[in-house]
Amino acid sequence: MLAATGIGLGHYLTVGAILFVLGVFGIFLNRKNIIIILMSVELILLAVNINFVAFSSQLGDLAGQVFAVLILTVAAAEAAIGLAILVIFYRNRGTIAVEDVNMMKG
Amino acid sequence: MTLPLFFFYVFAIIAVASAFMVIVSRNPVHSVLFLILTFVNAAGLFMLAGAEFLALILIVVYVGAVAVLFLFVVMMLDVDFASLRQGMLQYAPIGVVVGIILLLELLLVAGSFALAPELMATAAVPTPAGVDNTRAIGQLLYTRYVFVFQGAGAVLLVAMIGAIVLTLRHRTNIKRQNVFKQTGRKRHEGVEVVQVKSGQGL
Repeated sequence: MLAATGIGLGHYLTVGAILFVLGVFGIFLNRKNIIIILMSVELILLAVNINFVAFSSQLGDLAGQVFAVLILTVAAAEAAIGLAILVIFYRNRGTIAVEDVNMMKG
Repeated sequence: MTLPLFFFYVFAIIAVASAFMVIVSRNPVHSVLFLILTFVNAAGLFMLAGAEFLALILIVVYVGAVAVLFLFVVMMLDVDFASLRQGMLQYAPIGVVVGIILLLELLLVAGSFALAPELMATAAVPTPAGVDNTRAIGQLLYTRYVFVFQGAGAVLLVAMIGAIVLTLRHRTNIKRQNVFKQTGRKRHEGVEVVQVKSGQGL
């Protein structure tokens, strides 16, 4: 399906790689702001999904798209739980800086 | 350049640029909005790859649910985001180094591998011809992958209950309705008959 349009598998893999690296870089860059870190994790999962869909389309194998649906589910659940933890952490401590998350350190 | 290729580049460039803006923008609200833009353009990429169902699900789930969740949390928390950006560039050099190495490795892998020609014949679930994408995924998801599908539902249920349990709090010193107390009220607790002498008040 991809080959007929002139878009190769490599195009998709390149976009996926760039988005993945941007997600990782976002985690490094925003070490204090956990909201941006959660968004970076979403970007990483999106990059994974792009690779799944590209391979699914290239190989004519629908299993990749089913997997992408499941990744989407897990990403949504992860965002909900992460933000819930963030909200109660803010309620307890009044800050969301990652460096203050050391209450469980012995 | 064919028209699909042109649209591929448009979607890809906007997606990458807005993903970059997600991580560098000063205001978290702008970050969320750029995240929405990234996901909409990624949906365009999915559409070009023939995954129409996933493209629309991506818009529904991300733009409709996750991004709104992020927006709610960003606006609900009264955080001084400027202070969180202090020392942001402290980790930037190592981030750039790690990112460039990672990108080079990924591009090396993406550019150098070749698919075996017989791989097409060994697809786990070959795409059925003449059936549109949504119907094909539905036929697959409810038959062959039905237990995985149920598992995904269980994950969502656990996430929902977890989020509710985590954020639920019982505040003291506020007035609450107590239905048992209300319905268990007797007449003598609420009404008192007083004989008032004429000419006098109570």
